[in-house]
Formats: sequence, C-alpha cells, structure tokens
Amino acid sequence: MQGPGVVWYVGLSAFLFGIGALGVLVRRNPLIVLLSLEIMLNGANLALIAFARSAGNGAGQIFALAVMAVAASEVCVGLGLVVALHRKRLPLDVDKLSELRG
Amino acid sequence: MNTILAVSAGNIVVWAVWVIAGFACLASGVAVVSFSNPFFSALALIGNLGSLAVLYLLLSAEFVAAAQVLVYAGAVMVMFLFVIAYVGPQQETPWKGGPNWQTVGAVLAAGAIFIEVIVVLGLKAGGRLSHVHSVNATFGSPGWIGRLFLTDHLLAFEITSIVLLIAAVGGVILGEHTKRRDVAVEDAG
Repeated sequence: MQGPGVVWYVGLSAFLFGIGALGVLVRRNPLIVLLSLEIMLNGANLALIAFARSAGNGAGQIFALAVMAVAASEVCVGLGLVVALHRKRLPLDVDKLSELRG
Repeated sequence: MNTILAVSAGNIVVWAVWVIAGFACLASGVAVVSFSNPFFSALALIGNLGSLAVLYLLLSAEFVAAAQVLVYAGAVMVMFLFVIAYVGPQQETPWKGGPNWQTVGAVLAAGAIFIEVIVVLGLKAGGRLSHVHSVNATFGSPGWIGRLFLTDHLLAFEITSIVLLIAAVGGVILGEHTKRRDVAVEDAG
C-alpha cells in the first residue's frame, strides 16, 4: 500500500467524528444537526474502510455500505420530521421543541 | 533503479492526493458546522463527501467510493437541498455573543473524543496497523462486493432492505399525518 499508513486515515476519521459531534452539540437548527450527523457517520465509514484495507478482508466495506443505507433511512425520517414541523408552523430550533422533556 | 524511482514517484503522488483530499475533507467539515445558512452547509457537505470518495479510492474501495458519490452526494444531498429550499432560509449565528457554558462543554467533549481516539491508536493499535495485508486487484470491485453480499453477508443485506422499507413507510406516515392534521385545523378554523 503506497502513501500514508492506515493510522493517518483513522486519525482523519477521528477528527471528522469530533467535528460532527461538535456540530450536533452546538448547532440548534435540526437541518444542520442532521448534516453534522452525516459527518459523524462518514467519519466512522472512513475508519471502517481503512481497517478493511489494513486487515485485507471485505467485512469493513460491507459494514460501510450498511452504514450508508442506515444514513439514507435516517435522512428520510429526519427530513420528514423537519417538513412536518414546518407544516405545523413550529420553530425549527431543537431548543424550543421541548414538549417531550421530562 | 528505475523501479525504485517509479515506486517512490507513485508514493509521492499518493501522498499529495491524500493531503489535498484530507485537507478538503477537514475544511469542508468545519465549514458545514460553522456556516450560518444551511444551504451553504449542505453545499459544503457535498464537497466533504466528494473528498471522502477520493480517500476511499486511495484505500482501494472503488465500489464504496462510487456508491458514496451516487447515493450520498447525488440522492441524499439533493433531497437535503430540496427540503432546505422548501422550509426557506433559516439564518442562525452559531458563535454569537461569546462562549456560553454549552458551547464550551461541546468543544471540550468533541476534543476529548478526538484525543481519546488518538491516544488509543498510539498505545494499542499503532504497531498492529503498521503491517498492512497485501490485496489482489479484485479487492473492492463491484463483483467482489456483490459476491460477499450474497454469500457471507446475506443477513446484513436482507436486514438493510428491511431498514430502508421501514424508513420509507415512516416518511410516508409522517407526511400523511401532518396533512390530515392541517385539514382538521383548517376545518376547525
């Protein structure tokens, strides 16, 4: 394998995961929270594919494809929720949507 | 001598591509989190997904890179942009008014995750990861992935289809429910 070793890819994926976690925690717009979740999932995907290359077997790539399918379904439901909030004229702010808070 | 030169030249090219794609990946990730307009955040995420596809190609995962561009940068992000255009511009200034305790805590938590992963890599996995198995040319090709999906990982494949079906049904129910509620509100008013 030419170029940087697997450790570099995994470090990059950790940074991506951290950025995504920061976005989920800091941002209040549910659309951007969903986008940050995508970054977190992609960070995990990069680590999976790097480990698949390092171990030389395909289970990691299969797992990455399954993560992509889960991300697509998550976006489907999340965007459905955002559209439903918009139709009910509710504010698109995760701090103001606190009806279910215990 | 010629072979050695060719190998090192290829190595330099791979390093250069890795540095460019990795930097684009990090910069667009930071941009997604810090842009105030969700439309620009979504456009930055498309750049992030594209540079990640380049990194997947460097890791000889050709099919996953193609699926990343087609499914993520194509289908999912178009759906995102459509919904952002539908709900209209929602400006939000994320770092306004100095740091409050929530922002400080979030930055500390994200930094802790990052440092934890780096420390674990350095302590536990560094020696094991430096040895990389050699793979043949079919590694990551569509046919190889398809054969794995239909032999070793058939259960994961079928469960994925069920997850997608449930998500589609959930999306339809969310849309249908709010429509009926709107009609009821209009009738009452």
